[in-house]
Amino acid sequence: MTGAPMLQTLGLEKRFGGVHAIAGVDFALADGELRCLIGPNGAGKSTFFKMLTGQMQPSAGRIVFAGTDITRAPAHEIGRLGIGIKNQVPDVFDGLAVRENLWLAARRGNAIAATRQIVGELMARLQLADIAHRPVGELAHGQRQWVEIGMVLARQPKLVLLDEPSAGMSAEETNRTAALIREVNKTTTIIVVEHDMQFIRQIATKVTVFHQGQILVEDAFDRIMTNPTVRDVYLGRQASA
Amino acid sequence: MLHDGLSLGAAGERPGRLWWMGVAAAFVALMVLPSFLNIFQQINLSVVFILALLALSMSFLWGYAGILSFGQTAFFGLGGYAFAVLALNFGETTFSLLAAILLAMLFAALFGYFMIYGRISDIYLSVMTLVITLIFEKAIKSTSGEWYVIGKVRLNGQNGIPTVPSLRVPWHPVKELGVDGVFYLSAGLLVLVYVGLRLLLTTPFGRVLVGIRENTRRIELLGYDSRRYKLAAFIICGGIAALAGVLYGVWGNFVGPDMFGLKRAAEVIVWVIVGGKSTLAGPIAGTAIVQILKTRLGSESVGEWLPLILGVVLMLVVLVFRDGLLAGFGGAIVWIYRHIRGSAA
Repeated sequence: MTGAPMLQTLGLEKRFGGVHAIAGVDFALADGELRCLIGPNGAGKSTFFKMLTGQMQPSAGRIVFAGTDITRAPAHEIGRLGIGIKNQVPDVFDGLAVRENLWLAARRGNAIAATRQIVGELMARLQLADIAHRPVGELAHGQRQWVEIGMVLARQPKLVLLDEPSAGMSAEETNRTAALIREVNKTTTIIVVEHDMQFIRQIATKVTVFHQGQILVEDAFDRIMTNPTVRDVYLGRQASA
Repeated sequence: MLHDGLSLGAAGERPGRLWWMGVAAAFVALMVLPSFLNIFQQINLSVVFILALLALSMSFLWGYAGILSFGQTAFFGLGGYAFAVLALNFGETTFSLLAAILLAMLFAALFGYFMIYGRISDIYLSVMTLVITLIFEKAIKSTSGEWYVIGKVRLNGQNGIPTVPSLRVPWHPVKELGVDGVFYLSAGLLVLVYVGLRLLLTTPFGRVLVGIRENTRRIELLGYDSRRYKLAAFIICGGIAALAGVLYGVWGNFVGPDMFGLKRAAEVIVWVIVGGKSTLAGPIAGTAIVQILKTRLGSESVGEWLPLILGVVLMLVVLVFRDGLLAGFGGAIVWIYRHIRGSAA
C-alpha cells in the first residue's frame, strides 16, 4: 500500500436549497481497502456516492481519485477512470436481456472477443447463465442486484461503490453477496453502504459512520458497535429491537 | 414466429432467416408490383414509400435512441430545397442528391451538437426541433420577392419551386426517371434504409444506442459518452429525412414550404404512433395505412370530415394498441397461436 490515498475528498459539500446533505466531508480511502459506510436514513451516504461518480455536482470541496481531480468530471469520464457503482435503486437496462446488460458493460474499451470472454466468465461467476436471455425487468429484486453488480465488475474497476447491495435479497443470496464482495476485494478497493449489521459483520474491517452529512466517527467494526455516540444516533434503535 | 419475423427480438441479436426471407419477399413483390398497377396507383404508392422513409427517420430516433424529434421535417424540407436549388443551378442530379443529403446532415450535426452537448432536457429537445422546422417554414414563406434568388433559382416563397428536375440515371445522364423509375427507386431505397437501420442495431453502436434509451445514467456510468451516440443517431436520421425530401421533390417535381410545416410534422408523429415505434417495420406500415386511408377517404368525398376520422383512428390506436398496430397484430397472432396450441394440448 502506498502512502497517498486512492480516494480522497476535501471539504466536500452538497446543498439542496438550504439543506446541507453533505456538510464538509474529509474522507480518505487506502488502496485495497474494504470500507463500510453506515448511518441513519438521510445521513448523506447515497448523495456522497453520487458525487463520487459524477451523478451529482458538489456545491464545494474537492474529490481526488488516484491522483486525478474528478470533482467536476462528467460521469462517463469517471467511469473510464475506473470507478464503478451499483446504485441504491437497481440501475440496469430493464428492457434488455441479462447477457445484453453485461455485454454493454464489458464492451466499453474492450474488443469484441475480450468482451465475450468477460461476459462468459461473469455469467458463470454470478450464476446468471440460466437467466441469460431473460429481460432484467422481469427478474426478482435480488437477481437484478446481481446483474448490476455483474455490470460493475465487468468494467474491471479500480474502485467499486456498492449502495445497499444486499437489499431485497434472501438470506442465502446475502451470504453469497458477502462472499463475492470479499473475493472481489482481493483485487479491488470497495466501499459498501449498508444497513444490515449481520451483513456488515461478514465483510467489514473498517467502518465510517455518517450522520447529518458529516463523518461522525471512523473505526474498526467491533469498536463502532460499542461506541456510545454511534449507538445514540443510529445503532441504539437497532440494538434495542 | 411473427415476433421474430418482424424483428421484435432482443437488441443486439442478428435478424433471423425468417426476417431475411420476409425482406427478400417484400423486395421482389415491390419490384414486380408496378406491372399490376396503373400510373396513378404507382404515383400514390411511391409517395407512401418516400414518406415512410421520413417516418423511419423519426421513429428510429424515438424508438431506439429515445430522442423525440418533432422536426424531422426540417431535414426533409432542407433536403428537398437543397436538391432543387443545386439541380436547377448545375443541371446535374446525382451529385445534387448526395450534396443535398450531406448539407442536411451537416445542419443536423451543428444543430444537434448544440442541443445534445448543451444537455438540454428531452422535452426541450422536442420543442427545439419543432421550432426549427417552423422557423424554416416561415423563412421560406417570406421569400416571395424576386430578389430572393440562389444562383439562378428563385425561392418563390409560399408558391414553392415548381420546376424541380427529375433524377437522371447516373451512368446515362440523358435518361430521366419516369413514374415507374421513381417507384423502383423509392421502394428500393426504403428497403435498403430499413435493412441498414435494422443491421445498425446489431452493431456495438446500435446496442449502445438502445442502452441509452433504456437507461442513460447507467450508460454514462459504464463510461460511454452518450452525447456522441445520440448526436451520431441524430445526424444519420437527418440524412434519411433529407433523402426522403429529395425523393419527394423529384416525385412531384415540386418543393414547397409545406414540407417544413406543422401539418406535415404532426403527420409524421401520427404515422409512427399508428404503426408503432417498437419495430422498424411499424412506422412503414403506419405511413401506408394512414396515407392510403387518407387517399381513399379523400376520393369518397368525406371532405372536411377527414381530419376528424383520422383523429378517431389515432385515438383508437393509442387506446387499443399501445405499441402500435403492427406490434398489436403481432401480439394478437402470438396470443391466438398460443391459445390454439394450449387448447389442443
